[in-house]
Amino acid sequence: MTDASMSPDSAAPKSGLATIDARTRKRNAAEKRFRLYGMAAIGVGLLFLVFLFTSILRSGLPAFTQTVLNIEFVLTSEQFDTAESKMMKTGEYQNIFVAALQDQLEASGLEVAFDSKSIERIVGKPGGTIRRFFLENPDRIGTPVSFELAASSRVDGYFNGRVTRDTIVDSRFLMAADLDLVDALHDAGIIHGAFNWNFITGTDSGVDNPGGAGLGASVIGSFFMMLVVLFLSLPIGVAASIYLEEFAPKNRWTDLIEVNISNLAAVPSIVFGILGLAVFIQFAGMPQSAPLVGGLVLTLMTLPTIIISTRASLAAVPPSIRDAALGVGASKMQSVFHHVLPLAMPGILTGTIIGLAQALGETAPLLLIGMVGFVAREYPEGFVSGFTDANSAMPAQIYTWASRADPGFYEKAWGGIIILLLFLITMNAIAVVLRRRFERRW
Amino acid sequence: MNDMRIVERDVETKKVKIAAKNVQVYYGTTHAIKDVSVEIEDKTVTAFIGPSGCGKSTFLRCINRMNDTIDICRVTGDIRIDGYDIYDPKVDPVQLRAKVGMVFQKPNPFPKSIYDNVAYGPRIHGLAKNKADLDDIVEKSLRRGAIWDEVKDRLQSPGTGLSGGQQQRLCIARAVATEPEVLLMDEPCSALDPIATAQVEELIDELRTNYSVVIVTHSMQQAARVSQKTAFFHLGNLVEYGETGTIFTNPVDPRTESYITGRIG
Amino acid sequence: MQDQHIASAFDRDLEAVQAQIMKMGGLVENAILEAAISLETRDEERAEAVRKADKAIDALEELINEEAARVIALRAPIAVDLRVVLSVIKVSANLERIGDYAKNLAKRTSVLSQMAPVNDSAGALRRMAKEVERMLKDALDAYVARDAELAQDVIDRDIEIDQMYNALFREFLTFMMEDPRNITACMHLHFIAKNIERMGDHVTSIAEQVIYLVTGTIPDEARDKGDKTSVLS
Repeated sequence: MTDASMSPDSAAPKSGLATIDARTRKRNAAEKRFRLYGMAAIGVGLLFLVFLFTSILRSGLPAFTQTVLNIEFVLTSEQFDTAESKMMKTGEYQNIFVAALQDQLEASGLEVAFDSKSIERIVGKPGGTIRRFFLENPDRIGTPVSFELAASSRVDGYFNGRVTRDTIVDSRFLMAADLDLVDALHDAGIIHGAFNWNFITGTDSGVDNPGGAGLGASVIGSFFMMLVVLFLSLPIGVAASIYLEEFAPKNRWTDLIEVNISNLAAVPSIVFGILGLAVFIQFAGMPQSAPLVGGLVLTLMTLPTIIISTRASLAAVPPSIRDAALGVGASKMQSVFHHVLPLAMPGILTGTIIGLAQALGETAPLLLIGMVGFVAREYPEGFVSGFTDANSAMPAQIYTWASRADPGFYEKAWGGIIILLLFLITMNAIAVVLRRRFERRW
Repeated sequence: MNDMRIVERDVETKKVKIAAKNVQVYYGTTHAIKDVSVEIEDKTVTAFIGPSGCGKSTFLRCINRMNDTIDICRVTGDIRIDGYDIYDPKVDPVQLRAKVGMVFQKPNPFPKSIYDNVAYGPRIHGLAKNKADLDDIVEKSLRRGAIWDEVKDRLQSPGTGLSGGQQQRLCIARAVATEPEVLLMDEPCSALDPIATAQVEELIDELRTNYSVVIVTHSMQQAARVSQKTAFFHLGNLVEYGETGTIFTNPVDPRTESYITGRIG
Repeated sequence: MQDQHIASAFDRDLEAVQAQIMKMGGLVENAILEAAISLETRDEERAEAVRKADKAIDALEELINEEAARVIALRAPIAVDLRVVLSVIKVSANLERIGDYAKNLAKRTSVLSQMAPVNDSAGALRRMAKEVERMLKDALDAYVARDAELAQDVIDRDIEIDQMYNALFREFLTFMMEDPRNITACMHLHFIAKNIERMGDHVTSIAEQVIYLVTGTIPDEARDKGDKTSVLS
C-alpha cells in the first residue's frame, strides 16, 4: 500500500514533505499565473468602470447647474394687455423684457458696449416663464417683481467651460463681444450660477431651449410605466411559474413551453416594440406614446425574466419540505403556498426587481410606440391620466436629447443618464435589502 | 423493546389495522413490488427490513398514498385501513395523510417556529377551535414526541435551530399532532447519532401504546430492538413475516437467515 | 444459503472458536483413554500424566469462554450464528467436566494401584470408558458435520452406558458383601464407574447441543434414564 510509493533503493526517502519537486513547482507557478490573469481581468473591468463613471460625471454634472440672471422688472398693465392681444405672446413678452433690461443696464452705467441684440442673445428664452407668472399672479402687475431667469445655453456653456474665448465662433447665438457684457454682468452680481432644480423637476422644453429642459415629466412617465409592469408581470409571471413548476404534467407540450419561454428572454427588445405597435396601438386603439402602452410592452419583455428566475427559486426549495408538508396532510396547493413560496420569495423578489430595473432602461420598444421624439411638455393631470396621457420615459427622453442639434442638450442627456443610473442603483440596493430581510434558512 | 415477559407474549391477539392483499407497484415498466400481502397489527411496532432497493420504502409509501405524487408510479391491489380501501376513488389522499402520519429519513422541520411546526397540521385540518385549544394540542404533541421539556421555553424559536435528534423528535411530534392512527417511519434514525437514535427508539416504544407504527430500517439490530413483528422484503417480494423474536433466532426461510446473519447483501 | 459471511473476519472468529473446541475434544478423548489404560495396567506414571494434562483442558475452557464473549460483543450474532456461539460455550463446559472426571479417575487409579486388584472389574471399566470415548468422538464429529442424526444416535447409546453402570454397581455390591476387605477398593471402583457414567451424560448433553445447533430446538423429550440405581432397593 504505502510501500509502493517508496523509492526502490530503500534508503530513507529522498523527498521529504518539506522539499518541493519540479512538478509541484510548475503547478504552483501555473496556479499563480492563473490568479494573476484573474486579477488582471478584474483590473481591466474596473478600469473601464472608472473611465465610464468619470466621463459620465464630467459630462453630466454641468446639467445640474444653471446660469441665472437676477432681474427686477415691472410689467405695466398696458404692456400686459398689449402682449396678450398679440398672437406670438411669448415673443412679445420676450421683447418687453429685453427692452426693460436694456433700460436698466443703461441706467446702471455698465462700461461695456451692448445693444438690444446682444442682450437678447444673452438672456435666453424667459418669455414663457414671465407670461406664466403674470397669468397666475395678475395682482403683481404693475409692481416690481424679482425674477431669477435662466440665461441662454451658450452663456451657460461659457460658464461651464464648454465655450471659451478661444473656441467661440461668432454666430447668431453668441458673439465674442457679448462675452465682455457677460463678464461685466457677472462681476456686478447679476449673473451667477445656481442649482438647476428645473432639470430634475421640470418638463421638457422645445428644441431651441436647452436651458429649460427638465427630466421631471419623464420620471413620472417612467414611474407609471413601472407601475404597469410591476402589477402585471409579477402576478402573471409568478403564477405561470408556479403552475409550470409544481402542477403541470411533464410532457412534450410543457417542454415546448419551457423552451419558448427561455427563447423569449433572448428576443431583441425592438421586436416587442413592433408587437406593441401592432397589437396595442393599431389593433386595440390605445393612445400612442402613453405609459400604459409602454408598460404593456415592457411587461411582455419582463415576463420571461421573471418566470425563469421564479422557476429557479422554486426548484431550489428542497423536496424534503414539500414531502414534509404533504406528509402532514396538506394539499399540493397548501404545500406550495404555505411552504414553498415563502422559501422561494427572496429569489423571486430579486428576479422581479432586476427585471424591473432592466425594463426601466429599455429604449428600443419605446421607440416604436412613439415615446422617443415626443416632447413631454406637461405633467399629467391625475392618476388615471398618468397612464393614458402621452408622455415620455427616462431613457427615451435621454435619447431624444442626445439627438437634438443644440449642444446644450448634450449635457442634459448626460445629466439624464446620471439620474437614470441613480434610479437603477437604488432599485438594485432595494433588491439586496429585501432579499436579506426575507431570507430564511432551512 | 420486545416484551420478554413470557406470560404476556403472544397471548393477546391484536386487531389488524392495515390489511394489504396482492399489492403490486410499477415504476413505469419496472415491477417494484411483487404481489405483497401482509396484515399489520394495531398498537404494535412492525419493522420492514431488507437489502437496498428491495421495495420496503416503496411499500411504506403506498400506505399513505405518497406514491401518488410520482407520475410514473402505478399501484394495484387492495390496501385497507380498518377495513376501508384507501385507494377507493372516493378517498381524498390529503385527508388520508392526516390519519396516516409520516416521518422521513432526514429530519425536515418547516423553517418556521417550533410552535408553528406542530400547529400547522391541526390548523389546516381545523382540529382546534381556538388558540387555547391549539396550545393544548401543541403541548400534548410535544410531550408525546418526548421533546416538551427541552423546548417549552422557546416555542417561538425556529425549528431548524435544534440538533438532529431534537429535530427528528419534533418531526414525530408534528406527525402525531393531527391525531393519526398509523405512524409510518422511513429510516427515522439513519441520520442520527447513537444517543439520539436511542432516544427516538425509546419514543417509538412509548408510541406503540397509542398508534400502529410501521418502521423501515436498514439496521437489523434496530428492528430487533424496537419491533414486535418483522417483515423481510427481498427484490420486491415479502419473503417472511413473523414475530420479531422468532425471525431473529430461528427464521423459517433460508433467504431471511442469509440476510440477517450477513451472508447476502 | 451461502456459508460465508460477507464480513470474512466473522467467519474466521467462528472457525477459530470451533477449532478450539475440537482441540479440547481431542485432549479430553485422550484423557479418557489414558486414564482407562492406566487403570487397567495399574500404571501410576500414566495416571500422573493424565492428572497434569487436565490443566491444559481447563485453560482451553477459559480461552473458549473469552473468545465466545468477544464474538458476542463484537459481532452480535443472531439465528444460527448465535446458536453456534451458545453451543460452543455449553460444549466446552461439558468437555471440561468430562476432563475433570478423567482426572478423578486417574487419581483413584493411583490409590487403587496400591491395593490388590479386584478380579476383572478393571476390564469392564475400561470397556465402559472406551465406549464413552467413542460416543464423545461421534458427538464431536456430529458437531463438525452438523449431523443431527449422528447426534441422536449418540444420545440413544447413553442407555448402554447406564446399563453397564447398573451391572457394575450390582457386581461391586456383591464383591463388598462377599469380602469386606474389598470394600475400600470397591468403593473407589464404584466412584470410577459413576464418573464414567457421568461422562456419558455429559457427552449426551454435547449431542443435544448439536441438535439445538442444527434444528434450533433443544430435544426435550424425556431422556430415558437407564440409571435405575437410585431406586434400587
